[in-house]
Amino acid sequence: MHTELELVTAPEVPIEAECLSPAKIKGLSQSGIEHLEMMHGNRKVRVGDFFRVTGNGQCSLRLEGDLSRVKYIGAGMTEGEVRVNGSAGMHLGAGMSGGMIRVSGDASDWVGPEMSGGRIEVMGNAGHMVGSAYRGQRVGIMGGEILIHGNVKNELGSAMRHGLIAVGGQAGDFVGVNMRAGTIIVMDEMGVRPGAGMVRGTIVSFQPVELLPTFSYSCWLRPTFLRFYLCHLGQSGFEVDDVYMGGRYRRYCGDSVEENRGEILVFDSR
Amino acid sequence: MAENSAELRIKGGKVYDPANGIDGEVRDILVRDGRVVDKVSEKARTINAHGMVVMPGGVDIHCHIAGPKVNLSRKLQPEDHRLDVHPGTDVTRSGVGGVTPSTFATGYRYATLGYTTAFDAAVPPLAARHVIEEFHDTPVIDKGFYVLLGNNMFLYDLLKQGRKQDFKEAIAWWVTAARAAGVKLVNAGSDEFWKGRRNENVTDVNEDIDPFDLSPLQATAAFIEAVDELNLPHPAHIHCNNLGHSGNVQTTLDTMKAAEGHRAHIAHVQFHSYAGELGKRVQTGSEAIIDYINTHENITTDVGMVMFGKATAMTADAPLTWMLRFKDTKWVNADTECESGCGVMPFTYQDTNYTHTMQWAIGLELFLLSKDPWRVMFSTDHPNGASFQTYPRLIRLLMDRGFRAEMMKHVNQKAISTCLLPQLDREYSLSEIAIITRAAPARALGLVNKGHLGVGADADITVYTDDENREHMFNAPRYVIKAGKPIIEDHEFVDDHIGRFLHTEPEHDPAIEDQIRPFFEDYYSIRFNNYRVDASYLHDHEVIPLRNSGGKRKKGSK
Repeated sequence: MHTELELVTAPEVPIEAECLSPAKIKGLSQSGIEHLEMMHGNRKVRVGDFFRVTGNGQCSLRLEGDLSRVKYIGAGMTEGEVRVNGSAGMHLGAGMSGGMIRVSGDASDWVGPEMSGGRIEVMGNAGHMVGSAYRGQRVGIMGGEILIHGNVKNELGSAMRHGLIAVGGQAGDFVGVNMRAGTIIVMDEMGVRPGAGMVRGTIVSFQPVELLPTFSYSCWLRPTFLRFYLCHLGQSGFEVDDVYMGGRYRRYCGDSVEENRGEILVFDSR
Repeated sequence: MAENSAELRIKGGKVYDPANGIDGEVRDILVRDGRVVDKVSEKARTINAHGMVVMPGGVDIHCHIAGPKVNLSRKLQPEDHRLDVHPGTDVTRSGVGGVTPSTFATGYRYATLGYTTAFDAAVPPLAARHVIEEFHDTPVIDKGFYVLLGNNMFLYDLLKQGRKQDFKEAIAWWVTAARAAGVKLVNAGSDEFWKGRRNENVTDVNEDIDPFDLSPLQATAAFIEAVDELNLPHPAHIHCNNLGHSGNVQTTLDTMKAAEGHRAHIAHVQFHSYAGELGKRVQTGSEAIIDYINTHENITTDVGMVMFGKATAMTADAPLTWMLRFKDTKWVNADTECESGCGVMPFTYQDTNYTHTMQWAIGLELFLLSKDPWRVMFSTDHPNGASFQTYPRLIRLLMDRGFRAEMMKHVNQKAISTCLLPQLDREYSLSEIAIITRAAPARALGLVNKGHLGVGADADITVYTDDENREHMFNAPRYVIKAGKPIIEDHEFVDDHIGRFLHTEPEHDPAIEDQIRPFFEDYYSIRFNNYRVDASYLHDHEVIPLRNSGGKRKKGSK
């Protein structure tokens, strides 16, 4: 059983809908859900003003329609499931600590900021600052998984501390900037300056990358852990070629302006 | 609103008005047209204060609430604001809080603690306009600032040449031009070491400052003397050299001795009361400092207490923040031309840390050993020692020895075992709290109509519910009345108020301008004619009278 919300009125300005999360709607009646408050620009509105609600509040939530102007879907969720059939707006899954969000279309900027657990899957593309720290914060996501099947823009996983971010397509500049720990895997090309200011952590690139001069070559290796990670991604619907599973990677360590304990693994050959 | 909103009768409260010798007596306070009066008409609105505590509005003698340095801190800490939103109400505007709240939130949050007046302690003359503009957006409270002159190159040049009279005239000109309420010295002489010699600081107050043939101590003494002779309402407000270094007790004592015979205000003295050896662990030096202050009537001081939690080092003492900055912390240094330095750095005081515990304990020790509450005043050097939002908790620490003992259990035990604090069981009374947070700062600032509730005083009044838990009590006044207007009633904002700008105008010979102008045109980035803050900046303002003028005040024109 699930609760279904269909966006029937397109918002003129973005909606901030922190209430669209299983924890907030669980146990509510249909009209109870319709009366939940959201911000439409600077005005308070009700869920029923924009969404057609079907069913009572369940742990599983289906959202239909173009929700690219609906922010904070699944914010703070701790359990359950949110499926978006369409696109999602900014701050998807902000601060979530458990549960699962799956978006069939694209997601906007700030996917999963302050996340500490759970899983976000985006079948299309995502914007800037995926899995990143909010501005001014020293530490970004503390755990969980963010899987983007399409492309992402700049500052993927900035200051992340723990967890896994995987991108099936291309990534923009500054992948893993100021990263503290955790793993980022990018399957297609990435932009300039990956790992700038990284302290620890691992960035994996299947394509050749242009590295900063503060990264130095240390060795080549066939990392065992990567097989497990890539098998896991394969099971999650990513197309991972066998050559990457057991392939040889060049390891660069950096960033030497920080502690030089981070690594960037670049696929080399079979 | 009542029949006659200009008249109020605050009925039956326990009044604490130490300036007029009233200690918890039950009496009515009558208000008309923004002043305390001895008679109101029958129609006056009555506020029932039975069983409640009535005090004058709080006066913060030393805080940092406006200007470029505060803005730098705001810009540096977006995460701090995001987590502390200050929503607007029907009568007040919105903002953000955190350690350095936005202008509007600063005013409202001071009001919700019962504070109605605050003085920004460090403003370079170049930033005076900016500060006054921010003050205009800092609601409810009356406010003013001290102008930074302690590292002014032109003034140092005059001292080098021995031109004492011109030096005095120039100080008076600068105070008037910047529209300041007092003169601030910060780590006198340090900017030459900092800017001229790359990241160095004053270590010995008797060492000459290149190229002025003058030691920091001599410069400080010259400022103290000049400010006293100019009869400014507030004496020289001094941030001594060597702030935060172990063993700086001697520097602080030397500075106070240099003030012999003149009035001087030693700011945030907690940060200057560290015994021990330079570079080694801090030990408490509170006894030596407070003994000197207790026996020397010419010294006033604010303590600059530390409270655990988030703070922000924000000072004109640029070399200090350079020393304090760690890897991974944000730090910003700003240049203020020939006048001063500036450093800002977010900082967290931790109760597990030896030094931080020591700082916390020394602040309390200074208060508990003080003999004259009229000269040892309350401050946290907001936001350096702690945010002003921690005042209620610190007041409770002073008033409640049980709470103090409980808190001592949870701090660094190594530090606390070497402190005097566990042996001190003094508790402050409400009357003493009224002195250190209200009456004494008002007196030290020369504000004749603030800090008391006698006839003719400004009707800045706070009414607290008398709660055993003093933290709860001081955290939420039941009523706050500003200039005779109820701003907070039953803990809710009912009105907004702009508040006045307070400054002083010492007399000086206009000829001094001709001396300053050529130096200025040579070395500054703006034109001299744009430097002085013109009268268009003075909307609702009041001139604090000089000490020799018999306390008559000039009312600012609207």
